[in-house]
Amino acid sequence: MTEMTTEAITEAPGKRVWLSGLGTVLIYAFVLGVLGLLGWGLMKVNSGQRESGMAPDFTLTSFDGESVTLSGLRGQVVIINFWASWCPPCREEAPYLESTWRKYQDQGVFFIGVDYADTEKEALAYIDEFGITYFNGPDVGTRIAQDYRMDGVPETYFVAKNGELRGTKIGPLFPPELDQRIEELLAETYAGE
Amino acid sequence: MNRRFVLVIFVMVASFTTITIAQGQEGFPTDNDVNDIAKKLYCPVCPNTPLDVCETKACQDWREQISVQLSDGWSEDQIIDYFVLQYGERVLAEPERGGFTSLLWLLPVIAVLVGLVVVWQALRSWRSARLIEMQPVPSQPEVSPETLAKIEKELRKLA
Amino acid sequence: MLADIGLFALIVAFLLAVYATIASAWGGWKNQQAYVESARNATLLVVPLLTISVGVIVYALYSLDFSLAYVEDVSSRSMSPFLRLTALWGGQAGSILFWAWLMSGFVAAVLLRKWERDRDLMPYFIAVAMLTTAFFIGISVFIINPFARLWHIPGATELTRAIFQPAGAMAYIPQDGQGLNPLLRHFGMIGHPPTTYLGFTGFVIPFAFAISALATGRSRSDEWIRTSRRWTLVAWIFLSIGLVLGGRWAYDVLGWGGFWGWDPVENAMLLPWLTGTAFLHSMMITEKRGMLKGWSVMLIILTYSLVLFGTFITRTGVISSVHAFSKTALGPVFFVFIGLTFLGSLALLLKQRDTLKTKHEIESFMSREAAFLLQNLLFLAITFAVFFGTVFPLISELVTGTKITVGPPYFQKVTGPLFAVLLLLMGIAPLIAWRKQAARSLGRAMLIPFVASLGVAGIWGYSHRVHPASFFALWLVSFVVLSIFFEFWKGVRARMNAQSERPVVALGHLIGRNHRRYGGYIIHLGVVMIGLGFIGDAYFQQESQRALTIGESMSIGDYSLRFDNLETFPGSDGREVLEASTSLFKNGEFVRTLQPRRDFFVVQQQPVTVPAVHSTPATDVYVLLVGWEEIGLQSSTFKIYLNPLISWTWTGGIVLILGTFIAVWPQATGKRRVSYSLKPGKFRPQPSAGD
Repeated sequence: MTEMTTEAITEAPGKRVWLSGLGTVLIYAFVLGVLGLLGWGLMKVNSGQRESGMAPDFTLTSFDGESVTLSGLRGQVVIINFWASWCPPCREEAPYLESTWRKYQDQGVFFIGVDYADTEKEALAYIDEFGITYFNGPDVGTRIAQDYRMDGVPETYFVAKNGELRGTKIGPLFPPELDQRIEELLAETYAGE
Repeated sequence: MNRRFVLVIFVMVASFTTITIAQGQEGFPTDNDVNDIAKKLYCPVCPNTPLDVCETKACQDWREQISVQLSDGWSEDQIIDYFVLQYGERVLAEPERGGFTSLLWLLPVIAVLVGLVVVWQALRSWRSARLIEMQPVPSQPEVSPETLAKIEKELRKLA
Repeated sequence: MLADIGLFALIVAFLLAVYATIASAWGGWKNQQAYVESARNATLLVVPLLTISVGVIVYALYSLDFSLAYVEDVSSRSMSPFLRLTALWGGQAGSILFWAWLMSGFVAAVLLRKWERDRDLMPYFIAVAMLTTAFFIGISVFIINPFARLWHIPGATELTRAIFQPAGAMAYIPQDGQGLNPLLRHFGMIGHPPTTYLGFTGFVIPFAFAISALATGRSRSDEWIRTSRRWTLVAWIFLSIGLVLGGRWAYDVLGWGGFWGWDPVENAMLLPWLTGTAFLHSMMITEKRGMLKGWSVMLIILTYSLVLFGTFITRTGVISSVHAFSKTALGPVFFVFIGLTFLGSLALLLKQRDTLKTKHEIESFMSREAAFLLQNLLFLAITFAVFFGTVFPLISELVTGTKITVGPPYFQKVTGPLFAVLLLLMGIAPLIAWRKQAARSLGRAMLIPFVASLGVAGIWGYSHRVHPASFFALWLVSFVVLSIFFEFWKGVRARMNAQSERPVVALGHLIGRNHRRYGGYIIHLGVVMIGLGFIGDAYFQQESQRALTIGESMSIGDYSLRFDNLETFPGSDGREVLEASTSLFKNGEFVRTLQPRRDFFVVQQQPVTVPAVHSTPATDVYVLLVGWEEIGLQSSTFKIYLNPLISWTWTGGIVLILGTFIAVWPQATGKRRVSYSLKPGKFRPQPSAGD
């Protein structure tokens, strides 16, 4: 039923309200903007954990109130382990982590445990349960985890003596993997040393 | 002087008793007290899951933490602020207004206003296109069902 | 062996789809009918081929052929045969194949109809529709193939998935599969994905018509829009059903006491529904008055774009959601595809916009055209608000680096008022005439429903005087319902007087004479009922949680719940069931026993909470056995939600479907139906062919 009223003599001036030149530009800009956003989101999703380059610096305050800054640990091999008390695989690797720490702690290796999205009470209970002696502190605001693009606990990041990231381990560590990694990193020498 | 003194004591005792009763009932804080606050928060780890319905151990721990904080006398605002500090802004069901996030609210309002302007313009331009034999335009006779029924009846008689 | 046949059929289907795309485009461009016919045949052939592939997968799932990686993913020995069939859409690979199959079915169905009027649209229609279909089949073939098998390469810690045997690998056939995610083992999941996918894939049809019309310049005429409208209605019905079923599943399975969480994937479904509804209405203006053609075309393109957008964010996890599939390599390819689709259709639309110009005229701001325009604006405003809220976390992270959540409070506060105005418009607009409506006669028509609704809302709201805004919401609902009833009443009474029919017969004839109009009213009624459920959820919901020992009771509102017993036993599907027996009392009187459960799926190590619900039109009493607290005879924790008015949503969904069927049913007339439109100033009826 198309009823084009043919008697109309006066016509409205063609006010193409929604298709003026400005409108065209705006619509394109909007579509491109959405696409750009989605593209960026896609890249973010597909990029995995941080595995190379300089390890992002941070300052971590332990449950006892002490603090340590990553850049202040240059010259030592640093093992950064993300964990949480509510994470079952973390419990599996906890004894191994602690025993490896005790083995290497006088050889220029520093362990940092970053407690991710946890409650203090449970975290302290966890530390107590496994007799953990290396440095542990809560990741306030999950900033450190975000910097490292950490996806889920447990994850371990290996930092060489010069502060560069040498890869990650996703999931719990089992013997002898951690020992091997530490030995590799300890054996690194740098030009001019 | 005496009466005022008694009154003050009375008020103090009454408030103290009320608070104790309120806290003593079912053991303050009740699950509902915790949920009232947990409802306003999201699980820091799981995506888009409110804290009061999340079933993971982590969420259990957080609700336990809220419970402890409540019994320590923390106010709701203090608890929520603590959560934001510890776990990031994503625990809030809606982002704090201010700065960039105010755009979240502003843009839809602007969109509606712009839309209204566009609709207004469109209607105006439509209205100005008229048929020339327009004199006082009688409103389109509403073809009510009654009339239609009558017309059809007549037509069927003709057919 | 069977899997090889399925794979072969899939690959051939892909090749045919690609051929159909190229051949039809070529035939359209060079005006060579032979190529178009060939493309049409190829398209029709794709359907049986994909049916073979789908059939093979379904059979493999059913017969537990664990040599296929997909079967190992989603099927298991403990699953009932029925559930194994539904596992087709339980994982990413199967659901893409399913999607492609449905889409090809739609395209074939369209091609099988008579094409006399739209003959010159066929080439580009096939080209566009098959390009999309080829894309999805291509994803299935190259990226996540459901026919991949599991191989064990010596020395590797994990199994590899591949279609063809990697060097030195051995086939690995597990004893049992992981089975469907326990949350998916629910009747809602039987209906929700198929209907939703039918809704999504169905929108490719009007889209292909629109692009085709634009490309050929046939957008000058109107016929093709009418054809698009019918197919949009089909897709829209399915999407509506999908939405309702999805809500029902969430209500039954997730244990949150609600049915709509404004999660990004839920919003992704809602967006095309909103613009699709706007399109269905703007179509009415185009059909009736020939106006808003360009706008209607834009709405189809927007709707289809939103479908692609929704699928993209669901399957790639770009926006974090509880619903998301596990990540795959799908992302980049999909991104390129939707980018090309968005930009291509936009460019075409803008280039051909001259063909869409029409004369627009109305006499007054108070006219049905204006009401429709306002309604479209509202729908689009809601669409924008929901879209913006969904992507805002991404924008915020890009700009400020902080992750935020945009949750229900935002969506409710922003869309609530807009929906309210929409509801009001829904009640008034049918009373407004085309071109011009005199205020006085509108006032007269509105008077009875208006006054009556004030009364109803007053009584109703007073007995639930919780929130001032709820009065307004209840009044709105009463007003719209009464307006609709009044419309029916007027019609029935007219027929009773003119034809001397009995009321029921009159009603039947009334609806029969004008399916679209009265079907539309029934649809509106359904929408209002669904809205009622949302209103109940927003304003009147109560909850309470408490630990009880055996024999102890907890109360909420007028109800109280007593914990009677606790049992544990093995259930179907390899689960351990922990079931509590409780007694529900209202105002002290026993109502019934409710048995909330906590199922634990041993294989997946995943618990599922199954609520026990007592449903009445007024309220749902929704009881959960809280799983994260201790469960035992000494102490078990229960959570009760009182959800007033929520069952109106499900009823409303059924009414919506009923109304759509009535509206869609072809007017059963043997003779040519004539309808009259009386033009002001010229009382000369002009017959035009009825629809």
